[in-house]
Amino acid sequence: MYSETVMDHFKNPRNVGEIENPDGVGEVGNPVCGDIMKIFLKIENNVVVDAKFKTFGCGAAIASSSMATELVRGKTLEDAWQLSNKAVAEALDGLPPIKMHCSVLAEEGIHKAINDYRVKHGLPPWEETSPHSHEHGEESGCQL
Amino acid sequence: MGHQRIIYMDHSATTYAKKEVVDAMIPFFTQHFGNPSSIYGIARESKTAIDTARAQVAKALGADPDEIYFTSCGSESDNWAIKGVAYANRKRGNHIITTAIEHHAVLHTCQFLEKDGFAVTYLPVDRYGRVDPADLEKAITDKTILVSIMYANNEIGTIEPIRELAEVAKKHKVYFHTDAVQAIGNVPINVKAQNIDMLSLSAHKFYGPKGVGALYIKKGVRIENLIHGGGQERKKRAGTENIAGIVGCGKAIELATADIEGHNVRIRAMRDRLLKGVLENIPNARLNGHPTERLPGNFNVSFEFIEGESMLLWLDDEGICASTGSACTSGSLEPSHVLLATGLPVEISHGSLRLTLGDANTEEDVDFVLEVLPKVVSRLRDMSPLYQKAKEGGP
Repeated sequence: MYSETVMDHFKNPRNVGEIENPDGVGEVGNPVCGDIMKIFLKIENNVVVDAKFKTFGCGAAIASSSMATELVRGKTLEDAWQLSNKAVAEALDGLPPIKMHCSVLAEEGIHKAINDYRVKHGLPPWEETSPHSHEHGEESGCQL
Repeated sequence: MGHQRIIYMDHSATTYAKKEVVDAMIPFFTQHFGNPSSIYGIARESKTAIDTARAQVAKALGADPDEIYFTSCGSESDNWAIKGVAYANRKRGNHIITTAIEHHAVLHTCQFLEKDGFAVTYLPVDRYGRVDPADLEKAITDKTILVSIMYANNEIGTIEPIRELAEVAKKHKVYFHTDAVQAIGNVPINVKAQNIDMLSLSAHKFYGPKGVGALYIKKGVRIENLIHGGGQERKKRAGTENIAGIVGCGKAIELATADIEGHNVRIRAMRDRLLKGVLENIPNARLNGHPTERLPGNFNVSFEFIEGESMLLWLDDEGICASTGSACTSGSLEPSHVLLATGLPVEISHGSLRLTLGDANTEEDVDFVLEVLPKVVSRLRDMSPLYQKAKEGGP
């Protein structure tokens, strides 16, 4: 059911753990829905120099967290913000339709961590413009 | 991947077919393939074989052979019992009583009937998954025509007080059906002594082949046909008989009920050792289902702070075949309706693991799972933000 890349990132997740004194933290999801992602970012000169995660969830959730943290490392905040859930899913060689919300969660986690950083630095948070965030409720079926 | 050994602990999903069963079936594919409705010699052999199988099933249930009807699976048996009684007794009433923890073959059939003017009561269960006969009695009205309560639950293994429940139904002159798909071979059953009017079973749950089931229908029960067509199964279930499957079903139930207690002692001992080892070595784990009134091979434990599918993937990596009540494997994203009905919080339902032991297992399998499972749980907990919060004493 999962691609080899998903299984690789599930079994050998990159960037698991926490960053001490992170510059931005984003926690998304809900235990009732069965997935929570917590993303930690280290930011220097507007660039994501380190990204780590902790995730409670299924194989797709863990693999999406792993891939998303890989993809934002080394990116400017502007570029990291542009990371879409589709890009995460594509980098994983696809996710089953019912698991697409896991990639949405990863995108939202990154966004939340970036905005956490921006707010801490007295900057206005960026607004979610991507339509993906609306898909979460529909696709996951978890409306609470 | 890369492992040689398979540890099959999902016997409630399906079982392998025993060699004796397959051996008994083979001639009916190749030699005795005649249609039992035909008149010539090889057809008569098919017919005799079906009669033998019917007698084997009847004996295992304490029924008469002419009360046994072969079907294609447990789901068909459940559909037939419920829709058949509902439509045949509509003039008497439109009320059906079942429980919140039934298999979907029963639940979805009842929901279908609700769209057609029937009213269904879904009885609650206690924290162990048991139905209270007093609740059944309270739910019965003068419109009630059928009670359908499973013998033993497929997920948490809880065995229902069937004798008491059927007694209540009999007292109120309401038909009593039980989905005994998980119970055959694990619990001694006597439909006469237990006042059961209808009982569903499925061969692939007791070391028989897939694609064959049976419905016991007590003489005198008013029931419509589900499958219309030819005159097979004494004009009650059309369709050319799955002779090899029926032969396999008969042989399998004979083997499965020959020494139920002996079989249970062996399986229960392995299950209990597994359960004890897991609960002693893994903190924040709790047993789901009844501590004693449960199927001998059923292990259902929830591990807090982690999710079931990721557990299954790691266990599969070690060759261990297991199952979970987590949403993430069901395709619906809703966690198990059974666990939720027992009052288990949703987030903990996501972390449930079901291992169902059976004849494929050995003590070495138990040792292996006891070695692997704690590592899997701790690996997933280490990356869980919920576990981190719990350790810090947070919310």
